[in-house]
Amino acid sequence: MSAVLMQGDRACAEGAIAAGCRFFAGYPITPATEIAEVMARRLPQVEGIFIQMEDEIASMAAVIGASVGGAKAMTATSGPGFSLMQENIGYAAMAEIPCVIVDVQRLGPSTGRPTSPGQGDVMQARWGTHGDHPIIVLCPSSVRETFDLTVTAFNFAERYRTPVILLVDEVIGHMREGMELPDYETVERVERAQTLVPPEWYKPFENFPSDVPPLIPFGEGYRYHITGLHHDELGYPTDRLDEVNAWLERVFRKITRSLSDILLYDEYELEEADTLVVAYGVAARSACHAVKMARQRGRRAGLLQLKTLWPFPEEIVTRAAERIHRVVVPEMNLGQIALEVERVVGRRKVRRVNRADGGILRPGEILAAIEGMV
Amino acid sequence: MKAQPESRVHERYLRHSKRFPNIWCAGCGIGIVLGAIIRAVDEMGLDKNDVAMVSGIGCTGRMPVYVDFNTMHTTHGRALAFATGLKLVRPGMKVIVAMGDGDALAIGGNHFIHSARRNIELTAVVVNNLTYGMTGGQYSPTTPQSALAATAPYGHIEQPFRIAELAAAAGAAFVARSTVYHVGELQEYLGQALRKEGFSVVEAISYCHTTLGRLNRWGKAPDLMRRLKEDSVTLKQAEKQTSEELAGKIVRGIFADQDLPEYGHLYRQIVERAKAEAA
Repeated sequence: MSAVLMQGDRACAEGAIAAGCRFFAGYPITPATEIAEVMARRLPQVEGIFIQMEDEIASMAAVIGASVGGAKAMTATSGPGFSLMQENIGYAAMAEIPCVIVDVQRLGPSTGRPTSPGQGDVMQARWGTHGDHPIIVLCPSSVRETFDLTVTAFNFAERYRTPVILLVDEVIGHMREGMELPDYETVERVERAQTLVPPEWYKPFENFPSDVPPLIPFGEGYRYHITGLHHDELGYPTDRLDEVNAWLERVFRKITRSLSDILLYDEYELEEADTLVVAYGVAARSACHAVKMARQRGRRAGLLQLKTLWPFPEEIVTRAAERIHRVVVPEMNLGQIALEVERVVGRRKVRRVNRADGGILRPGEILAAIEGMV
Repeated sequence: MKAQPESRVHERYLRHSKRFPNIWCAGCGIGIVLGAIIRAVDEMGLDKNDVAMVSGIGCTGRMPVYVDFNTMHTTHGRALAFATGLKLVRPGMKVIVAMGDGDALAIGGNHFIHSARRNIELTAVVVNNLTYGMTGGQYSPTTPQSALAATAPYGHIEQPFRIAELAAAAGAAFVARSTVYHVGELQEYLGQALRKEGFSVVEAISYCHTTLGRLNRWGKAPDLMRRLKEDSVTLKQAEKQTSEELAGKIVRGIFADQDLPEYGHLYRQIVERAKAEAA
């Protein structure tokens, strides 16, 4: 453990190294470029591989190829590049390939206002690629959390054999903050599962008891097929509806049965609160300040900081909102997580606080909503 | 070649767990290319565990599912990028990338030229049937000018890419072109490509008698096969011919064969330097 002053993007890269990431493919884009720059220097030092690809589509493809080869692999980008990656994120979801995609969000749509902060990619992270699929999306609020959640993202990717998206705010990615950097040997790492069966019995998409069949890397004697088509347990394309449904049910079940592990959050001043703020990312920092201000004014406000955005923590929000008469949802978009909060607690309770102009939400704006002024 | 009857070679490389027959139309050239790849791999005596076949989308994209290698059928145009990640992590593996002309040169054109420029050791096999066969004969980057296509009902007005020449210009270490008629030559080029340390491209000219062939009344599969025989010349023959004589001809041969530093090889040197500096 050592105290360091570190930038959020660097903390993300170091978290990846600590988690065992040994492959990075990416394309330069502000405000995520520093992650690529750190990885270009750091990865060869630990016998890993960095490659700058010709675009973000290729970056995401190379990450999947590397993961199929057995490496823990990641890419990092921002909104415009994240849009391009959606095609192959869908492939990773379909073929259940562990990988980590970091989106250091900037104001959109399109080129937007480079490079102001925004939280406009929350729904894209959930539904950006076509078709029904589960996804895990994590969102840090500080530099230290960026390090920790990057490690967690890799562990979730391996444990659940799924792409995991880390949504970082531009402000968090570019901010420098003091943090305790853990010894990398002490960081908990989940490694790729092994199989106990010989190659002739191996089914890469088996309806496994844990719902997560092991993915054996290419080149280890288990020759099999991977495709973006709907497939049977061996990986071969199928048109059988029962096989399509079996796959769909399993990939959703492997996530929903493990929600207690996957749903990460922090609570602040929730005891006896009558006003709840639900926030994430950099907006949660402003929200935390607003809650402190409200408490000083004698208002019983509390904060639920979401670190896992998807799957949406329905029960956690429901429980936190019991005996609450107002739920404030501050976001640096025009209301994306608010849609989910409203679905869970009902629209009448919810007060949205939004801005999508590239400015940061100020505590005073959130405080006004807590006090019912807006 | 090993003195083995061909059927036995296929038996050792085709998947027995996969439901046959294959997806291709009777008379299609793609199976001929697959056969040539299998025999080239067999001739080299490669372990099947050390061979991967990666493909994109389209008729040729369906090639890997039938062979008993490590196989990945990826997204449209992106096969080379997937293969790049795999190859870097598994440098000992022979990675064959099977693509059609639309897959490799239209949607995947950027990945194609950059793979050549990067000179990463992959063997790209482009089955060039001059059209999008699976979707029904729309014009592709290699459809001849003035041909009819499902999306060019008044005749095609764009000029076609010449894949082998493009790959050579982009810096590929080995580039060759043959046809599905010249199977022995095709297999020979595939063998040379697989042995090359660097990015190698083999363009196999084929045809699509069920879509483009039918639209243009070019005849059935045997007629198109005959055209590959009659309308093609070797590079050596082409040197003696005028451009008028070469119009509409397929030029077969080796378009590039150069020894360049391979990407993975160079990167492993970077790793050694970085480790030394960090220590």
